[in-house]
Amino acid sequence: MSHDHSLNPKTMPEDPSKATMEGKHKFLGLWFFLGGETVLFACFFGTYLALRNSTAGGPTSQDLFGLDLVFLMTVLLLTSSLTSVYAIYHMKNNDFKKMMLWLGITALLGIGFLACEIYEFAHYIHDYGFTFRSSAFGSAFYTLVGFHGGHVIFGLSWLITLMVRNAKRGLNLYNAPKFNTFALYWHFIDVVWVFIFTVVYLMGMVS
Amino acid sequence: MSNAATQKRAFSAVLWDYLTTVDHKKVGILYLMGGGFFFLLGGLEALIIRIQLIKPENDFITAGLYNEMITMHGTTMIFLAATPLLFGLMNYIMPLQIGARDVAFPFLNALGFWLFFSGGILLNCSWFLGGAPDAGWTAYAPLSIQSPGHGTDFYVMGLQLSGAGTLMSGINFLVTIVAMRAPGMTYMRMPLFTWTTFVTSVLTLFAFPALTVGLFLLMFDRMFGSAFFDVALGGNSVIWQHLFWIFGHPEVYILILPVFGVFSEVLPTFSKKRLFGYSAMVFATFLIAFLGFMVWAHHMFTVGLGPVANSIFAVATMAIAVPTGIKIFNWLFTMWGGSIVINSAMLWALAFIPSFTIGGMTGVMLGSNVADYQYHDSYFVVAHFHYVIVGGVVFGLFAACHYWWPKMFGRILHEGMGKLAFWTFFIGFHLTFFIQHFLGLMGMPRRYWVFLENQGLDTGNLISTIGAFFMTIGTIVFLINIVYTAVKGEKAPADPWDARTLEWTIPSPPPFYNFKQMPLVRGLDPLWIEKTEGNGKMTPAEPLDEIHMPNGSILPLIMTAGFFIASFGFIYQTDHKAWLIALYAGMAIAIGCMVIRSLKDDLGFHISKEELEREAD
Ligand code: HEM
Ligand SMILES: [Cu+2]
Repeated sequence: MSHDHSLNPKTMPEDPSKATMEGKHKFLGLWFFLGGETVLFACFFGTYLALRNSTAGGPTSQDLFGLDLVFLMTVLLLTSSLTSVYAIYHMKNNDFKKMMLWLGITALLGIGFLACEIYEFAHYIHDYGFTFRSSAFGSAFYTLVGFHGGHVIFGLSWLITLMVRNAKRGLNLYNAPKFNTFALYWHFIDVVWVFIFTVVYLMGMVS
Repeated sequence: MSNAATQKRAFSAVLWDYLTTVDHKKVGILYLMGGGFFFLLGGLEALIIRIQLIKPENDFITAGLYNEMITMHGTTMIFLAATPLLFGLMNYIMPLQIGARDVAFPFLNALGFWLFFSGGILLNCSWFLGGAPDAGWTAYAPLSIQSPGHGTDFYVMGLQLSGAGTLMSGINFLVTIVAMRAPGMTYMRMPLFTWTTFVTSVLTLFAFPALTVGLFLLMFDRMFGSAFFDVALGGNSVIWQHLFWIFGHPEVYILILPVFGVFSEVLPTFSKKRLFGYSAMVFATFLIAFLGFMVWAHHMFTVGLGPVANSIFAVATMAIAVPTGIKIFNWLFTMWGGSIVINSAMLWALAFIPSFTIGGMTGVMLGSNVADYQYHDSYFVVAHFHYVIVGGVVFGLFAACHYWWPKMFGRILHEGMGKLAFWTFFIGFHLTFFIQHFLGLMGMPRRYWVFLENQGLDTGNLISTIGAFFMTIGTIVFLINIVYTAVKGEKAPADPWDARTLEWTIPSPPPFYNFKQMPLVRGLDPLWIEKTEGNGKMTPAEPLDEIHMPNGSILPLIMTAGFFIASFGFIYQTDHKAWLIALYAGMAIAIGCMVIRSLKDDLGFHISKEELEREAD
């Protein structure tokens, strides 16, 4: 039996990321992991909702939040999810170059999102003196949004490691599942952001 | 001399093998050894607590040390003894029961073990570094926020590490069961222990993140000055209680469901009958797990959530008694009319049924929110949860040890000593805890260092302590049994109990690849089917071919060491910023290992067909 897993268009399976046992396991494992992550974020959301008005005389959500920046961030992250879909589409067509291109764009959009977030936090700290320690609201806000940001950082590191490692190798049955699981994780981060956008920012602006 | 040298080399080779292993059976044994060690430690702490309470106004230990003792006893027993012992069993047995060669992610499996173990060691380091945590195993805020010294910090970091390990194992088991069952092993043909492993893993997956979040909040408040539980800045300490019990109640089912699985294997085997009401058993397991997430506030009846919330949670709590009752009756019906063999494993199983039922009954009493105002934080609660945890989980662990020991270690535990250990432990257990119901009803509060003379509590406490010594003796006899069996025990055949499931179709102990050829499963209790309708052997589902196996790796251990070092950094950076170096260095090691892991291809290796043919059947 040969163990050459590299792909060529003629022998390529329907979906290279799920053609091996390992690939299937990875994908399934990540799905379960995301189930746990959902509970994790649900608990952070719950904590935030309980504490969002506990400002201890400090800045409130209405004082702080502005929609422009957050809207930009939402667009960046949602688009990056879309570009990762393109990347996986090209993976299934065995077009390595295009896949890498779209993954590169995904990474850039993710970095853009992070930059905005860092700017946002810096803005709150310098202009409003609103920190992690100011009030229970501050702690809950930075923890929830910060944990999401941490997930973005982790996702980006994952993506960049994958891209660098496999830049010269092309697609094969060993690394295809890795790209695919990354994409799934990245969508999850995106979904969490949609909830943050709604629960933290939109609800914070009105109430 | 040369003999000693080879022996030494052999020892270091075995050590290296275990440090780098990713084999689910070896990881399982590591879990059993680690969990066993912490079980003895927790037992010692329990004994010290009971000695302090042997007579009124005793001063065997100081009040502060007493608080540390109860905290560490509870924390150790739940997180470091019971959970890992069960995970060890699941690790070893479940893949064998479904006809798999390993778990889905062997590397993560090893990592999970090392994280659990290092978390336990970290927690216990606190004894030597200025004092153990002392805010109870529940670590309620604001007590845990104000607890001085670093004890509670060790609690936070230790549980964070071991919790991460447990979560990983949960995911691993889920994928294994979903994706790696042998041909013909449909879901409704899975042995009950595999089913309960599955449901337990689901609970782990959805419950542990709540603890993770709670611990993060506690960590941020204690180490980084946030204000989650600081009322002066708008914080709210009840949030901790919610998060803790959203995790905590499912956790008690993480403990009990696997042993339900154990009893559902032991009882049919030694009654020579199939499990009564198999599908009802599966269904009840799911129902318990589902309801288990709906009842956490029954631990918070006296917090003041209001009568509506309390009533809803009370009803949900009592509802759990229904699926639990289904199980009790199914076990009884399994034995009904069977030809029952009474050996050590069976004794533990028989003792479990009434003991656990008493615990379930007091549970329903506690679940009545009105009455709970009287019971809450009294010795009645202590009696309740020990009836379910010792009478349920610990009895189950003993039964499982006797049942699967031959499979795991190739030798049968000595029956005489097994029975002696059982009777001393069983009597000791009821002596210790039955009387505590009444102590509680008479007003003895839990977690108090001393009680006063002549309040009707003296005799009860004395009896309780005597019982604890009985249990200690039982445990020691069991340990002696282990040593004796290792040296002189009777060698076990592949199927010493005339059992029914797949793990008994392969040699004891199994070869490292478990199954030479995947077995073809023809129904529930596959081995029993072949015994009654076939030739007593499994039909292979595939021709003999080379087997793909994963490589061992030292990375899980190094990665864990990184997290371990970083934890010290987190804990001590509040005293001196230089400790941040440890924090960053530790994280760098851990992340470095992750990067190595993802950069290095790990394709595993193959055992050739010739090699397999050479191995005698
Ligand atoms: C019919 C099933 C059960 C019911 C109705 C039930 C009910 C309760 C209630 C209402 C309490 C809170 C008492 C109070 O603090 O005032 C409690 C405490 C407790 N239960 Fe159960 N329970 C059941 C089964 C179990 C099982 C199976 C376990 C473990 C294997 C368990 C372990 C515990 C523990 C550890 C506590 C004490 C927690 C603490 O405050 O430290 N229970 N139970
Ligand atoms: Cu509970």
